[in-house]
Amino acid sequence: MKELEYPFDSEFILKKKRSLRRELLKDTETARIKKKVAVLCGSTVNDICDVMRLFLLNTGIEPEFYISEYNKYWEDVMFDNPELEAFAPDIIYIHTSTRNIHEFPNVKMKEDEIDTLLDDTYAPFEQMWEKIAEKYQCPVIQNNFEQPFYRLLGNKDVSDVHGRLNFVCRLNDRFYEYARTHDNFYINDINYMASTYGIKKWADPFYWYMYKYALALPAIPEFAYNICNIIKSIYGKNKKALVLDLDNTLWGGIIGDDGAENIQIGQETPTAEIYSEFQEYLKAHKDLGILLNIDSKNDEDKALSGFERPDSVLKKDDFLVIKANWEPKDLNLVAIADEINIGTDSLVFVDDNPAERMIVKEQVPEVAVPDITKPEHYIEVLDQAGYFEVTNFSDDDLKRNSMYKANVQRKRQKAAFTDYTDYLRSLEMVAEIEPFNDTYMSRIAQLTNKTNQFNLTTRRCSMAEIEQISDDSQYITLYGKLTDKFGDNGVVAILFGHLDGSDFHIDLWLMSCRVLKRDLEFAMMDELVKKCREHGVATMYGYYYPTAKNGMVKDFYEVQQFEKISEDEEGNAVWKYEVPQDYEDRNKVIKLKGEE
Amino acid sequence: MDDKKILEVLNEIFQDIFDDDSLAITAETNQDDIEEWDSLANINIVFAIEDEFDIKFDVDDITKMKSVAIIIDEIKKKLA
Repeated sequence: MKELEYPFDSEFILKKKRSLRRELLKDTETARIKKKVAVLCGSTVNDICDVMRLFLLNTGIEPEFYISEYNKYWEDVMFDNPELEAFAPDIIYIHTSTRNIHEFPNVKMKEDEIDTLLDDTYAPFEQMWEKIAEKYQCPVIQNNFEQPFYRLLGNKDVSDVHGRLNFVCRLNDRFYEYARTHDNFYINDINYMASTYGIKKWADPFYWYMYKYALALPAIPEFAYNICNIIKSIYGKNKKALVLDLDNTLWGGIIGDDGAENIQIGQETPTAEIYSEFQEYLKAHKDLGILLNIDSKNDEDKALSGFERPDSVLKKDDFLVIKANWEPKDLNLVAIADEINIGTDSLVFVDDNPAERMIVKEQVPEVAVPDITKPEHYIEVLDQAGYFEVTNFSDDDLKRNSMYKANVQRKRQKAAFTDYTDYLRSLEMVAEIEPFNDTYMSRIAQLTNKTNQFNLTTRRCSMAEIEQISDDSQYITLYGKLTDKFGDNGVVAILFGHLDGSDFHIDLWLMSCRVLKRDLEFAMMDELVKKCREHGVATMYGYYYPTAKNGMVKDFYEVQQFEKISEDEEGNAVWKYEVPQDYEDRNKVIKLKGEE
Repeated sequence: MDDKKILEVLNEIFQDIFDDDSLAITAETNQDDIEEWDSLANINIVFAIEDEFDIKFDVDDITKMKSVAIIIDEIKKKLA
């Protein structure tokens, strides 16, 4: 919905929140995942939840909220709470703020007294987080503390230990240390939000005394949007690629008219510096695993000459797909998505030209099309929109660009072979198929949330759940990591299931589109059967739950020689496989690691 | 601005906040007449009024605003 895309009109959203909700819920076609969000509050949160609901619905998450009693965030966790237990949250958001700090240092205190006060202020929070980890085992989003809006000690308030600002800084540092050393724990940086909004407007005492709101009402939409960026990232709904225009987007000027020597890039002029900083910013996204692509109305060789300038930050090699032609940009966009093999809803289109933006918005509405305004604001707009919010960072993200490039090489190799099995053998594939381990937990959780097509049951898991399943002896887990002569694809397949006597039930089986038709699923099956036999399993049960996107695996279990034993009218099916005495391995083209 | 015009604008605000295009408030309407008009809804009503009329209420003004008649009164005071 346009009204909920960044940048949005906060007053409009607050006024129209009910009708926006109604509009969003009218759309029953878009698949949404249901998530239960518990909000433990230290101040009023009602409008915050209302607006969060809108942003979440807009990104494909249907939330159900639990709101703690007013200012009972600590009690709600530490004491018996049948209501919260029955709610069984998928995620817990702790909305505290500087208004919840009961005691601040004063100038009469000694330094060690202040240290003790700091410990005593921090301790209940850590107690809460540990209790949640033990009892609810779900991701936690915790506010840090915003700067107080007045400074008793003036400028010394931030550097002197007697100052409130200094106290808040030290408290925040403790929070960050916990975040750095614990998984499934995310800081919601309200300090940054308050700063960018303007701390004086943010902390308007009117809203505190009138309604016990820790932040001004008009700040709520931006605040809610920011929390939702974290949530959508946890559930795998980040965007994956940028599609960039060239003229007046990556450099100043029109390269077709001005020539490469005259476009503005480098350090010679203020405009050139602005574009150079923007190019640096974009290039840095590659390390986060974001793919860069070009969609420009230009002759290709003229267009690319811009990157040959020695002072150009971006080079031709930084881009995955380059479409520099005279075709309509929306058609190019769809072609780019197709070539990379990702959905158009994973793209962000960056173009200075409002006319081009409008065409794309109309023809491909699922693409994010921010109004980037003026060159000196390009970075700010993209940054605040939060398309690529980082929650779980894995090694795969660092290597994603080179992995996609290797795919292009594989495609070319395939063209040279007539026999498909010969082609597969020529790839010299080696697979690592092992039970889940710590190294890959983050990537495994990420995969369960991102994979839609080759996904038998579409069971989404947080990292906490993956860790639980991995530790449970009643579960058999396997990940598949595939390497070939062109490169390492990383972890691309997951399966797990639970034992029940001599039965084994496959709860999840998925595989990344990157490695379709390479026989990896047969290698996984071979290994799964081996593990099942080790556990004395006689019968394996497979489940298929149809969604809008996983039609391709409807008959997957048939291919694996299972027998369908039931199917309801919605298409949910149960398949059975009696583990034979002599099982012949079906994978013939992939070597297992250790056997090469 | 006269009472009638203020009422008109106020009605539009109420229609938005309660998402009900058929709503037709009068000077006599109060919190008992609209089921969803509680203190939480009041926060949004007050904010929308401030935004629409470009005025700012004080803490004391708002605690009084429990019926349409009083709201119109308070708006008139601020616009004067």
